[in-house]
Amino acid sequence: MSDVFQRRLKRRQRTSRIFELVCLLSTWFGLVVLVVLLTGLMLKATGTWDPTATGAAKATENWLTPTLLTNHMSSDPERAGMVASIWGTCWLILLTALLSVPVGLGAAVYLEEYAHENWLTRFIRLNIANLAGVPSIVFGILGLTAFVRMFGFFGDPTAIGVPLGIGMLKIPLPFGKSLLSGAFTLSLLILPIVIIASQEALRAVPQSIRHASLAIGATKWQTIWHQVLPASLPGVMTGVILALSRAIGETAPIIVVGAASYIRFNPGNIERMSELVTKADGLLLVPSSQYTVMPLQIYNWVLNSPDPEFKNVASAAIVVLLVILLLMNGIAVYIRNHFSKRLDW
Amino acid sequence: MTLSVKLSRIALALAAVGLMVGCEYKEPGAAAPGEGTSTGSSAGSDYVVQIAGSSTVYPVSARVAEAADDTLGIKATVESTGTGTGFERLAKKECDITGASRPIKDSEKQACAANGVEPIELKVGMDGLSIVVNPENDWCDALTVAQLKKLWEHGSEIQTWNQLDESWPNEKIRLFGPDDKSGTFDYFNEEIIGEVPEGQSPCRDDYTPAVQDTVLVEGVKGDKYALGYFGYAYYVMNKDSLKLVGVSPTDDKADAVVPNEQTIEDGSYKPLSRPLFVYVSKDALKTKPEVTRLANFYLKEGQEAVSKVGYVRLPKATMDAGLEKISEVVGQ
Repeated sequence: MSDVFQRRLKRRQRTSRIFELVCLLSTWFGLVVLVVLLTGLMLKATGTWDPTATGAAKATENWLTPTLLTNHMSSDPERAGMVASIWGTCWLILLTALLSVPVGLGAAVYLEEYAHENWLTRFIRLNIANLAGVPSIVFGILGLTAFVRMFGFFGDPTAIGVPLGIGMLKIPLPFGKSLLSGAFTLSLLILPIVIIASQEALRAVPQSIRHASLAIGATKWQTIWHQVLPASLPGVMTGVILALSRAIGETAPIIVVGAASYIRFNPGNIERMSELVTKADGLLLVPSSQYTVMPLQIYNWVLNSPDPEFKNVASAAIVVLLVILLLMNGIAVYIRNHFSKRLDW
Repeated sequence: MTLSVKLSRIALALAAVGLMVGCEYKEPGAAAPGEGTSTGSSAGSDYVVQIAGSSTVYPVSARVAEAADDTLGIKATVESTGTGTGFERLAKKECDITGASRPIKDSEKQACAANGVEPIELKVGMDGLSIVVNPENDWCDALTVAQLKKLWEHGSEIQTWNQLDESWPNEKIRLFGPDDKSGTFDYFNEEIIGEVPEGQSPCRDDYTPAVQDTVLVEGVKGDKYALGYFGYAYYVMNKDSLKLVGVSPTDDKADAVVPNEQTIEDGSYKPLSRPLFVYVSKDALKTKPEVTRLANFYLKEGQEAVSKVGYVRLPKATMDAGLEKISEVVGQ
C-alpha cells in the first residue's frame, strides 16, 4: 500500500518538475531569441561585426551616429539620416491617438454602460472582435479610397481653412497623401483594440462603485465621469499603449495611403523642438503635410537603395526605432501609474 | 433667461460653422505677404514636387531630388512604384513626374488623355539591362539572345544549366527577374522574346519575381546556380557579389558584349542598351515653376547623379533636345 503511494508520489513530483522546466524553457526561448536578434543588430549598426558581410565589406564603420538623428535622407550612406521619419512617426502617432482614443473610449462606454444586452449589441461586439483580426493592408486599401481619394467626390484637390487662434488650419480635400490620411487609417486600424481593451477595463470596475454613486444621487454622467472612468483608466491606458505601439510599427497600410519613400522635410517644416514654439503657424500645416515614418524608412533602405551599405544604416535605424518605441511606452506607463495612484476608494 | 442663453449659443455655433465652411484655404504666403513663412533659402511658394515610377529610375530621381534640394531649395518626394503604377499615378494627377524604364504604352497614353493629362517624355540617361549570375559560377560567361529566349520564354522547359549548354553542370537554374509591373520586365520581353499571342504572358511564370531590384540582387548573391536580370546600376553597386554575363546578338558567343559605360553609350551592348525616361505632366510643367526647374535639373546638373548611380549620361545632343522640348512646352 505505502509502496504504491511512494511510487505514485515520485511520479507526480517528477511530472511537476518537468512542467516547471517546460515553462522555464518557454520563457527563455523568447528571451534568448530576442537577445540574439538585438545583439546582432547592435553589432551590425555599430560596425563591430557583420555576420552577413561578404568579401571586404566595410564592417568596421559605426552607423549609429548623431547625424543619423539630425540629417535628412540622402543617397549617400555616410550622409543619410532619418530625422524626417522620426518627426513623421511622432506626429502620426499623436494624431492617431487624438482621433482613436476619444472615439474608442466613447464606443466602449456606450457598449458597457448604456447599451442593453440584445442581439444588436452582441452583433456589434462580434464585429469589433472580428475587425481586430483584419490584416492591416486591408485598412490601407480602405484608407486609400476613403481618405486619400475620398471616392473621387472632390474632383480636383482643394482645401478649406479652419480659423484657429494662431492662424488657419489647412484641411486638404480629399486628404491626399497627408498625415491626416495616415492618422485616420491607423485610427481605424487600432480602434477595435482600443474598444475591446477599454470594455475589459470598464467591466473590471466593481458594480458596487456604480451603485454607491447612483445611490447618493449622482447622474449616470457623473457616475461615469467621476467614478467609472478614473477607476478604469489604468486598464484603458494599457490598451491604448498596446494599440499605439502596434500603430508605430505598421508599414503596409502606410505605404498604401502614400507616405513618401523619399522626403527631405519634416511635417509643417518644423525642424527643431524649439520651432514648435517659434514657428507655431507651422503647427497648423502639420496635418496637411506629407510625411514618412520610421518603419517605411527602414523598409526603403533595405529594399530600394542600390548601395548595400544602406542595410547597415537600416540596422542603425532599427535600433533608433526600438529606443523611441521604448521611450514612448515608458512615458505612457509613467502617465498610467501617475493617474492610478490618485485613486482611492 | 435660459432661453436667450440657449439662443445665443445656437447663433454662435451657427456662426462658427459658417466661418469654417466659408473660408477657402489660402496659402499663408499669399494671405500675408509680409510675414514670410519660409525661413529657408528657397524663394517663392513651397510646392512639393511629386515623383513616382520605375524602381530602375528611382536611385536617379532620389539623387536628383537631393541635389536639387541642396542647390536650388526645391522640395520633392520620391516613391518607387514600378513603371506601370507610375503612369497610373500620372494619369490620376497624383504625381507630376514619373520615372520609366520603357516608353509609354498606347493604353497608358489613353488613360492619361482621358483625365486631361499629357505626358511629356524626357530621356534622362542610358542603362544596360544586365544579366547576372553568382560570382561562383565559373562556366557561364556569355549567352546568346537565342539562349536567353529559350530560357525565359513562356512555357520554357529549361530547368537545368546543361539544357542550355551541354558542357554546363546538371544543376537547377534558379531564375530571378522583375515582376510584371516593371518596365525592365516589359523591355526584356520585347527585346529578347519578341511578339507573343494576345493575352499570353511573354515570360515563363516559374521564376522568382520581385518589385524591388535589391531582392533580385540578394537572390542571385545567395545561390551559386542562380541567374537574374535588372538595371546596370544595381550591378555596379554590388560588383563584388555578382558576375556579369555577356550578351551576344548573334548565335556566336564570340560576339558577346559585356555591359559597361562605353558599350552602353555607343550602343554596342545589344540589344539590351536602353534609354531611361521621366515623363512629366505637361500641365504641371507649364504651371508649376518648381516642376520646370526640376525637369531642367534632371537634364543638366542631374546628369552627375545619373553617372554616380551607375547609369550612363546622355549624349549632348539628346540632352539639348530634351531641354528644348521643355522650353517649348513652357513657352507655349
